[in-house]
Amino acid sequence: MSVEDQIQTLLNEGLNLVHMELENESHMHGGNRLDTHFKLVAVSDDFQGKRLIQRHQTIFGLLSDLMQNPIHALSMHLYTQAEWAEKSGLVPASPKCMGGSKQDK
Amino acid sequence: MSTLETIKEQIESNAILLYMKGTPRFPQCGFSSRASEALMSCNERFAFVNILENPDIRAELPKYANWPTFPQLWVNGELVGGCDIICDMAASGELQTLVSEAAKSEEGDNAEG
Repeated sequence: MSVEDQIQTLLNEGLNLVHMELENESHMHGGNRLDTHFKLVAVSDDFQGKRLIQRHQTIFGLLSDLMQNPIHALSMHLYTQAEWAEKSGLVPASPKCMGGSKQDK
Repeated sequence: MSTLETIKEQIESNAILLYMKGTPRFPQCGFSSRASEALMSCNERFAFVNILENPDIRAELPKYANWPTFPQLWVNGELVGGCDIICDMAASGELQTLVSEAAKSEEGDNAEG
């Protein structure tokens, strides 16, 4: 199973998602490893009443087996349905790599 | 001092602390760069640790923080989050409030001490 599929499966099992966008941004970063950098947009009312840090930690918890290896960076934009409607689906772009990944083993 | 003790000491003694890849002037990762820019735009002094030069901290902190990646912003001994959260909070104005209040309380502590 590809890393993308694994991420999607784990998140779908752990959360009641109404919308998910997963983008592999590894090509923006150094080296030949192709499953290192991802961007996730997830919309779920499971985030209701949770602060941003708690939402992010929920995702990190679900993906704990994949974090560090192979995933180095996971950019997250996590919303409730109401917040998502308010944003009209506009999500910030991820930054360009500045070489730090090349120092990773 | 063990690595964990060093981390705790850093977090305790710096009201505003950014663990990052590189330095604010020479960031080595786009996420760290964005985070330090957002923090610098708040115009308060902050401490930083370059985790690329501190491999022990880089290995230990994620477990202690329950946060697997860098950058990490710590304010008043609590993890605020990584790049996405810092940038969201900067956009909403929350970061400025949080950082200004932390800087003020640190000044107060120093004056008393």
